[in-house]
Amino acid sequence: MAVRQFIEAIHDALAEEMKRDDRVFVLGEDVGVRGGVFRVTAGLIEQFGEERVLDTPLAESAIVGVSIGAAARGLRPVAEIQFADFIMPAVNQILSEAARMRYRSNGDWSCPIVIRAPFGGGVHGALYHSQSVETLFTHFPGLKVVVPSSPADAKGLLVSAIRDPDPVLFFEHKRLYRLIKEEIPEGEYSVPIGSAKVRREGDDVTVIAYGLAVQFALEAAAKLSEEGISTHVLDLRTLRPLDEHAIWESARKTGKVLVVHEDNKVCGVGAEVSATIAEHCLFDLDAPIQRLCGPEVPAMPFSSVLEKEYMLSADKIANAIRTLARY
Amino acid sequence: MDIKMPQLGESVTEGTIGRWLKQVGDPVAKYEPLAEVVTDKVTAEVPSDVSGIVAELLVAEGDTVAVGTLICRVQEAGSVPSESLKEEAADSPKSVSATTAEVPAESKPPMPDKSMRGRYSPAVLRLAEEHDLDLNEVSGSGEGGRITRKDVLAHIANPPQSTSSVASSSPVDETVAAPTDTESKPAERLSHTAPSGDFEVVKPSPIRRTIAKRMVESKRNAPHAWTMVEADVTGLATYRDAHKSNFERTEGIKLTFLPFFIKVIAESLKKFPMLNSAWVGDEIRVMKHVHLSIAIATDDVLVVPVIHDADRLSVRGIAHELNRLASDARTGKLTVQDMEGGTFTVNNTGAFGSILSQPILNAPQAAILSVESVVKRPVVVQDMLAIRSMVNLCLSLDHRVLDGWVAGQFLKEVKHRLETTVDWSQY
Repeated sequence: MAVRQFIEAIHDALAEEMKRDDRVFVLGEDVGVRGGVFRVTAGLIEQFGEERVLDTPLAESAIVGVSIGAAARGLRPVAEIQFADFIMPAVNQILSEAARMRYRSNGDWSCPIVIRAPFGGGVHGALYHSQSVETLFTHFPGLKVVVPSSPADAKGLLVSAIRDPDPVLFFEHKRLYRLIKEEIPEGEYSVPIGSAKVRREGDDVTVIAYGLAVQFALEAAAKLSEEGISTHVLDLRTLRPLDEHAIWESARKTGKVLVVHEDNKVCGVGAEVSATIAEHCLFDLDAPIQRLCGPEVPAMPFSSVLEKEYMLSADKIANAIRTLARY
Repeated sequence: MDIKMPQLGESVTEGTIGRWLKQVGDPVAKYEPLAEVVTDKVTAEVPSDVSGIVAELLVAEGDTVAVGTLICRVQEAGSVPSESLKEEAADSPKSVSATTAEVPAESKPPMPDKSMRGRYSPAVLRLAEEHDLDLNEVSGSGEGGRITRKDVLAHIANPPQSTSSVASSSPVDETVAAPTDTESKPAERLSHTAPSGDFEVVKPSPIRRTIAKRMVESKRNAPHAWTMVEADVTGLATYRDAHKSNFERTEGIKLTFLPFFIKVIAESLKKFPMLNSAWVGDEIRVMKHVHLSIAIATDDVLVVPVIHDADRLSVRGIAHELNRLASDARTGKLTVQDMEGGTFTVNNTGAFGSILSQPILNAPQAAILSVESVVKRPVVVQDMLAIRSMVNLCLSLDHRVLDGWVAGQFLKEVKHRLETTVDWSQY
C-alpha cells in the first residue's frame, strides 16, 4: 500500500492507463513540457512522448473538438481543461456533440472521451480560477459527471472514466490536490462510476456532499461526535448518474438530511438530491431537508476575507449539523 | 431543591403525573411548570419553586403517588451539585454539572418553547402508526419540544416503566416513596393488546382513567336512588324569549335556561341544606356554602368546575361565570380553585337534547340534579289540553345521606319556584 496525494493519484491513473492502453493519450494547455500548471501530467511527456501528450493552443473548443474526432477514430483521449472556469468555449462541443453522439447515431458511434478539469475555490484564484461548473453538465443526458473526494477514489474513478465508452467529465477540486493523502490499493483497480460511498456511519444527521465538502463534513463529524452528535456522511462521488438508492438509504438512516456543496444553491446538485429524497423518502423524513451551499453571487471574490466567507468550512458544516440535530 | 406532589384540593390524597414538561438537564425558571398532574377531574401544573436545572425525575409519567411524595429535584442556579448528582454527572452526557456551567447564576433561563410539541414529522407519524403509539406519551427533545424520530425510536426501545424502576435507582426516602399506586399497575398498562381488525384500541388518557376510577368508586360506594319531577316552565320560557336578544347585546353572551335553573336550585338548597351535604368517612357533612359543581363535557373529557356561592349571584352573574368556566374548560385553563369545593352538582343534559337521565353522584356529594331539555308538550291544565314548555328534573341521591322524602321536598321547592315565579328579573 502506497500513500499518495490526491494529485499523485490522478497522475498515477493517467500513467498506468496510458501504459496499459496505447489508445489513451492526454491533451491540453501546458500538459506536456510544463507538465500541467498543477503538475498533474508531470513526467508523462518524457515517458510517453509528444505524440501522446499534446500541448494544445489556448482554445478549449478545439481541445474538446479534437478529442471527439480522435475518439470517433478509435482513440481514448483524456482532455485537460486547465481550469474548469475555461470550459465555456467547449460547452457547445460537449453538449451538442459528445453528449448525443451515441443517441443520434442510434448506437453506431460512441464518444469515449474524458474531460478533466480542476475546479473550486480556496486557493485565492478569484473570479476566473475558482468556479464550480458541474451543474452545467449534470443537467444533460448523455454525460457522466464524476467528482472524487479522496486520492484512492480519484485514481479508481479516473480509471473507470478512461475505460468508459461514453463522455465523462472528471472534476478535481484543486484545493484537494495537496491537501490530503491516503493509502491507495496496490495494483490495478477501479471504482465504479455511479456509486456513492458512505464515509462515516451515524444516526443523528445525514450529510450528503461531494468533492472538498466531503472532507469538511468528515472533519465536522469528528468534532461533533465529541458533543454527542452522530453524523452519517455520504460521498456522492458521481453527480450523474446519481446513486439514488444510496441517497435514499442514507436519508432513511436519520430522517434529517443536510446537502452540502460549494457550488451555489439554486438549481444545484443539492436541489436534485433533495428532490429525489422528497419523492421517495417522505415518510422517513424527520426534518425539512437542508442545503448548505455557496452564496448566490456570480463568482468567487478576490478578497481573502470574502473568499473565506464564500467557502465552506468544517465549522460552517458543523453549525448546520447542530441546528438539524437540535430540530 | 426537592419538589413534592402538591396538595391539589382539600380531599385529594394523591396525584398522577400526566406528563413531565421538563426533562433531566432542562433549565427551569421559578414558577415555570415542571409537570402536569392529574387528580380528581382536574389537570394542574406543578410549578418549580426555584430557578435552576432539573436534576432528577423520580416518578414516571402515568404513575400515581401520594401527596407530599418527592417527585423531582431541581438544582438551584448557582449552587453546587450534591454528591449524588456529581456521581451521576460522570456517566450522563446531559449531566447536571455540565449544564449548570452553561447557565450563569442569577440569569433566568429562557422560557421553554413548546411551539413544536404538536408538529409531527412524517417519520414520527409513520413510526407511531406502525408501533401503535400514543404520541402524547412520548417526550420531545427537539426544538420547541418537538418529538423527533429518535425520541420515538427510544420510546419504542424503552417504554416508560413504573415508579419502582425510577425510584429504586434514586435516593428517595422510603417512607414517602411507598407507592400508593392503585390505578396504574405497570403490567396492566403494558399489556394492551394489538388491534385485531374488528376494533381499534384507544389507550385512555390519564384524565379518562381518573374519570373511570371516580365513576366506579361513586357507583360502588354510594347507594344511588333516583327520582324525577316535571316542571312547567312556560313562564320562564316566555320571559327568556322576551329578554334574550337584549341580554346578548348588553352582556355579550347568550341567555340560556341554565342560569335560571342554577339560581333556583341554589335558592332551594338554602331551604333544604341536607341536599347540600356529603358522606365523608363516618359522618355527614352539611355544607354551609352553596358551591355548585357544573358538569361540562368537551369531546374527550368531562370536567366539573364550580360556581362558588352560587346563591349569592344573580342570574346575570351566574351566566357570566358559566360562560367563563365553559370557555376555560375548552381551552384547558381551569385552575385548581375552579375545580374545588363543590357541594352539589348540576348536570345540563338538556344541552344535548336529553329528556331523561340517571346521573352518577359526584362523590362525596350527596345529590346531583340533571336539568333536561325544555320541550313543548300537550299537558292538562285545569282539565283542558294546553301546549306548555315542560322540563324534567332528574335527581340522583346518596341514600346513605338522604331519603326520598327530603329529596322530594327539595324537588317540589325547585318545581314550585320555576312554575310560580312571575318576575324573573328579581333574580
